[in-house]
Amino acid sequence: MGYDDDLREFEPVIGLETHVELGTASKMFCGCATEFGAEPNTQTCPVCLGLPGSLPVVNEKAIESTIRIGLALHCDIAVWCRFARKNYFYPDMPKNFQTSQYDEPLCTDGYLDVLVEGEVVRIPIERVHLEEDTGKTLHVGGATGRIHGASHSLVDYNRAGIPLVEIVTKPVVGTGARPAEVAKAYVAELRDVLRGLGVSDVKMEQGSLRCDVNVSLNRPGEEWGTRSETKNVNSLRSVERAVRSEVERQAELLRRGERVVQETRHFHEDTGHSTPGRSKEEATDYRYFPEPDLVPVAPDPAWVKELQAALPEAPSLRRARMTAELGLSDLDSQAMVNAGVLDLVLATVAAGAPAAEARNWWLGQLAQAANSAGVDAADLAIAPEDVARVVALVAEGALTATLAKQVVDGVLAGEGSPDEVVAARGLAVVSDESALTAAVDEAIVGNPDVAEKVRGGKVAAAGALVGAVMKATRGQADAAAVRRIVLERLGVTED
Amino acid sequence: MSDLTRLTAAETAAAIRDRSTSAVEVAQAHLDRIARVDGQVHAFLHVDAEGALAQAKRVDAGELTGPLAGVPLALKDVLTMEGVPTTCGSRILEGWRPPYDATVTRRLKEAGVVILGKTNMDEFAMGSSTEHSAYGPTSNPWDLTRIPGGSGGGSSAALASYQAPLAIGTDTGGSIRQPASVTGTVGVKPTYGGVSRYGLVAFSSSLDQAGPCARTVLDAALLHEVIAGHDPRDSTSIDAPVPPVVEAAQARDLAGLRVGVVTELSGEGYEPGVQARFDEAVQLLRDLGATVTEVSCPHFVYALPAYYLIAPSEASSNLARFDAVRYGLRVGDDGERSLEEVMALTRDIGFGPEVKRRIILGTYALSSGYYDAYYGQAQKVRTLITRDFQRAWESVDVLVAPTCPTVAFPLGAKLEDPLAMYRQDVASIPANLYGGPAASFPAGLSEGLPVGLQVMAPTLRDDLLYRVGAAFEQACPAPVPSLDWES
Repeated sequence: MGYDDDLREFEPVIGLETHVELGTASKMFCGCATEFGAEPNTQTCPVCLGLPGSLPVVNEKAIESTIRIGLALHCDIAVWCRFARKNYFYPDMPKNFQTSQYDEPLCTDGYLDVLVEGEVVRIPIERVHLEEDTGKTLHVGGATGRIHGASHSLVDYNRAGIPLVEIVTKPVVGTGARPAEVAKAYVAELRDVLRGLGVSDVKMEQGSLRCDVNVSLNRPGEEWGTRSETKNVNSLRSVERAVRSEVERQAELLRRGERVVQETRHFHEDTGHSTPGRSKEEATDYRYFPEPDLVPVAPDPAWVKELQAALPEAPSLRRARMTAELGLSDLDSQAMVNAGVLDLVLATVAAGAPAAEARNWWLGQLAQAANSAGVDAADLAIAPEDVARVVALVAEGALTATLAKQVVDGVLAGEGSPDEVVAARGLAVVSDESALTAAVDEAIVGNPDVAEKVRGGKVAAAGALVGAVMKATRGQADAAAVRRIVLERLGVTED
Repeated sequence: MSDLTRLTAAETAAAIRDRSTSAVEVAQAHLDRIARVDGQVHAFLHVDAEGALAQAKRVDAGELTGPLAGVPLALKDVLTMEGVPTTCGSRILEGWRPPYDATVTRRLKEAGVVILGKTNMDEFAMGSSTEHSAYGPTSNPWDLTRIPGGSGGGSSAALASYQAPLAIGTDTGGSIRQPASVTGTVGVKPTYGGVSRYGLVAFSSSLDQAGPCARTVLDAALLHEVIAGHDPRDSTSIDAPVPPVVEAAQARDLAGLRVGVVTELSGEGYEPGVQARFDEAVQLLRDLGATVTEVSCPHFVYALPAYYLIAPSEASSNLARFDAVRYGLRVGDDGERSLEEVMALTRDIGFGPEVKRRIILGTYALSSGYYDAYYGQAQKVRTLITRDFQRAWESVDVLVAPTCPTVAFPLGAKLEDPLAMYRQDVASIPANLYGGPAASFPAGLSEGLPVGLQVMAPTLRDDLLYRVGAAFEQACPAPVPSLDWES
């Protein structure tokens, strides 16, 4: 039985919880910086360390960003809401409670339309709320990097208190044979929305966008099944794989007549599978109650209206408009959406490349490179601007198609910008007429039979001589120029 | 100059200003007195002689000026002071030296007030006798075998034994007013949000309020003005002008003032001597020109149970941060025990029995399935109590009641009976739940021990407390303890 069979036998219900670190200059409740990658515990103060006596003060910019996200997802914005404390003990949480929102989220009841195989799927949004991030714990001395077996742990509180927005979908039903594709398309679209709003750098590999995937299965006509929550799903590709692996796992359990346990599972990038975490059936009682150290948030409706009016164009609308303007076919657009490169193509075009060239690069060599590296195309070490530069170099005649591929390989390998790779690898086209003429003469001398055939009128045979020259110049010659010189030296003209 | 420790804060500041004494002399006189008597009183947990003298020197050099420049003060050990131990009367904070000043502390320093040290308190301000301090009880200077009130018994005892003319207390359910009542001193709980809570180690965030303690009404008002005012670091701090408390503290009569006597805060449980002093106080208010009526606040009888759900609930969350990871006590970190075991052991040894009792109470009250019946219900009662106050303000300007149903009881008398201890705050808790200002003023003696008159006012009308207090003080001067135990 395979995945497709599973989905013929069972109906999937999926749900996605996405955490987004906001790109505010300061933390949620204090003035500390939020820069990624700073020395541990250098971006802290009494407030984000939760020192006795310290008090939180809400970052207005974080409220604004959350409301803008809510508006972009067509949510209702609360006229009055409160923060709540979520109580549980964990050493990377300085106060042993997280200031979050519980039954009074800032934004509720919205949706996001995503395109899956040419069809619009509406993902209902339950809520968007604001909370503070925790610190990071590093377990030292164990084999697995997990707490089990570690000799001690180190905690970095730089991340503690960074504003975190949680976006929760309602249960998504009716995804039929493609729950994994829908999940991936949703996260991709959401990422684009967030990037378009400029509220976060949405880098999944740095953890500024993190995803939990809920899956349950039921037989048609039956009640929804017990769901599992898979955490640690940190790339678009993993979102797809996590849903797929969970569908397969649960289908197998159900077919054997066993029951699915309500639990948290951890996804492993290397295997593509998940392992059980803590069981929700013995779940912590978080003892939520309204945060007494903060006053309620009551956004002025006039301000919310202003924010609404100033929202950028939705990515889906922008894409539709731009692909139309560029004359790309629907089929092409869908291929690019599927490969996750549409925005990259558009960005490459924006950087000056013709649409057809941009499309060819991203659907060709770059899509292959992403696939073989197991990463999303957007995470490749090449930027749309680099691709546009390579296209320009080819257009100028400074690179041949063969050379261009080598330059792109160099950029992907982290050797620098296209121009740096050209310089370092010596990949410039040989266009010095006398050097080419010398190489052609050498080829004629080395291949007298071929030369004779060409002189005798068999112009098509000239290709062998061009090939010899290209080989001798390691591909750095302009093939058209070589062909012209070959014919000149042999005294023939093309018809 | 005669005994510098017997002056009021206002007199002390004036004497320093006109150079008839110096801030250093005043500070030294108080440090000497602490050295002489505090062995018997145990008001202080930490004396910062060096810091006090350095601050006094700055005042004498003219670097710091103001109405209280050079006046010594005792700071309750629940407010942070940079580099100075802050324990909250708990073992769990043993050895912690905060890296920052509370806003109250900073304002005191900037005003040239000389902080002598940190005073004893019930652990995390949970108690009414200061016997729940992990560092031993404080004695009442009126009778060393009796309690000085709590949680701020260190501050009230320091005032009553002339170890400091000023003190800072914090009041969550009566921790400023009840100690003032049983030591014959003045204690004011300002309007919630009137004084910044930044740096006040939280017991119950929605109730905690720091305030001034002194031996006279004017001194309390002067101190009130120094510490009050909006603070952007405290979201619950009120962005409004400080009420004119110093001006009000010069009142001499109460002409036109409408005073309401709260029906529900008398009768059973109130000692006859306390009730008698209170009745006389009410008569005095009449004599001073006030019109007095009786006002019923029917929901006040539910204040105590509501308080004992809300305050422990918030405390159970506020005190979660004491986990041995970042500061304070750490027990059992032997490389064998797990993180959870070290956390649990530290909390087991670091917290005293009353703190544990309230953490358990609060944890239970917030638990899923019980939240609505306990915490939720208590919040509704809180709203009803607020309405009682608001309805009262339609007919009166201030409400009065005894501060505390008893005089100071003997040390140990209620330690085994938590409910009896909790009942000490039966009259003071309504004002906390409402958030309005309330004060205790000395109202004479019963069986040789002080009784307090409580005055409650509408939010942001702290000035009314001082008006009543100042006029009352003129008519009924505070009793002076004999201190016959002094060797």
